[in-house]
Amino acid sequence: MKTRTIVIPGEYLDEKRGRKLGSGTYEENDKVYSTFLGIARISENELSVVPLSGTYLPKLGDRVIATIDEVEISGWFIEMNSPYSAFLPIAEAVDEFVDLQRTDITRYFDIGDIIFGRISRVTRNKNVQLSMRDFESRKLKGGIVIKVTPSKIPRIIGKEGSMIMMIKEKTKCEIVTGQNGLVWIRGEDKQKAIEAILTIDRESHMTGLTEKIEKMLGE
Amino acid sequence: MAKDLNKELIIDGLRMDGRLTDQLRDVKMEIGTVSSASGSAYVSFGHTTAIASVQGPRSLFPKFLQNSQTGILRVRYNMLPFSVSDRKSPGPDRRSTELSKVIRKSLEPAVILDDFPKATIDGFIEMIEADGSTRVTGINALSLALAHAGIPMKDLVAACSVGKINNTLILDLNGLEDNNSESDVAVAMMPNKNLITLLQMDGMLTKEEFMKLLNTAKDACGKIYEMQKMALLEKYKGEEQ
Repeated sequence: MKTRTIVIPGEYLDEKRGRKLGSGTYEENDKVYSTFLGIARISENELSVVPLSGTYLPKLGDRVIATIDEVEISGWFIEMNSPYSAFLPIAEAVDEFVDLQRTDITRYFDIGDIIFGRISRVTRNKNVQLSMRDFESRKLKGGIVIKVTPSKIPRIIGKEGSMIMMIKEKTKCEIVTGQNGLVWIRGEDKQKAIEAILTIDRESHMTGLTEKIEKMLGE
Repeated sequence: MAKDLNKELIIDGLRMDGRLTDQLRDVKMEIGTVSSASGSAYVSFGHTTAIASVQGPRSLFPKFLQNSQTGILRVRYNMLPFSVSDRKSPGPDRRSTELSKVIRKSLEPAVILDDFPKATIDGFIEMIEADGSTRVTGINALSLALAHAGIPMKDLVAACSVGKINNTLILDLNGLEDNNSESDVAVAMMPNKNLITLLQMDGMLTKEEFMKLLNTAKDACGKIYEMQKMALLEKYKGEEQ
């Protein structure tokens, strides 16, 4: 299959022929090469490589699971499983008016709290701003957070959420996935859900994975 | 230091370990030897054995070391006390500091550091056993470890050593040959791009000898590159369907 070929850094992929360059590629003299050890995806209008490992780099619009690291006067510094930390200003986190002179903002979020937010701004120097101004963003209470390879999150979610829906249904767990490679799980059958997710992380490029997970969870 | 029993180190076209003049030692490569690292590799050329591991990209402190335009690569080359027949006193010394820099310089052209402003990628090379050509073995190992860590690179870096001994040009010097060589050259290159990233020479060579050795080294780097590729693919063999 052409779409599941493993390539190494510097490997020649194809001629560009006016196509879009996705992530994990670079161009030299109209020839496109991979920059990652990963799975090459060559289609009619785009060339890209999905890495098999690596660290999370913040990207605009990504939904992430993050921990409050530091409380400032008018916001919070956030740790998000990445070389870069993010800032969550109070205006992007709280709907009501907050009198900063009188309020201790730890009443909203305190150090160690886990939140689910959206990356609203990334500068070229990787100063990152987080926002919680949408209905999906919230504080994640209880539950546990596990780490997986960030590039494999789409596989855990599956096509139109098929994989994650299946795990949720079979284990009756609440599951939230962050693009930064963190997965938050709460519910009674946590252990099974964790097992399933770690299996996907390990074997993300095997075919027939959906069936395997289904069987695993069915037992 | 190992003193040679024979005055001649090449007899009837064969070297002391039975190799031909243009033959590499047995090469072993393995990916993912250190599970706590972002990426790691084990490479051995004959008895020369290196383990490389990569941490990061991760945030860089103290802050004054940060570069807001680009990330930086830091490399530490270290020889273990039992890696040579005499005890090597542990800790950094002048030689390993220099080699750390040389190895970093030879890998920097391949690594795309612009993607990680303010961050660092740390590479560690531990020589388990040193029997000649340690810097090139270290480069081969660290290049694999970087690829395994998911660091964007323009190409892998493959390296090998060549030299001259008893007036004969040879490839991949071992410890004995290294100590008694008339000249030795370390070469690292990006084989796909045909770009040389490291070229060091000790001793004397004529221009013709040098050009001949350089071509030998280029061919050998091509072979080593294929081995590196095989090692990387082997790691994920089960995942390719």
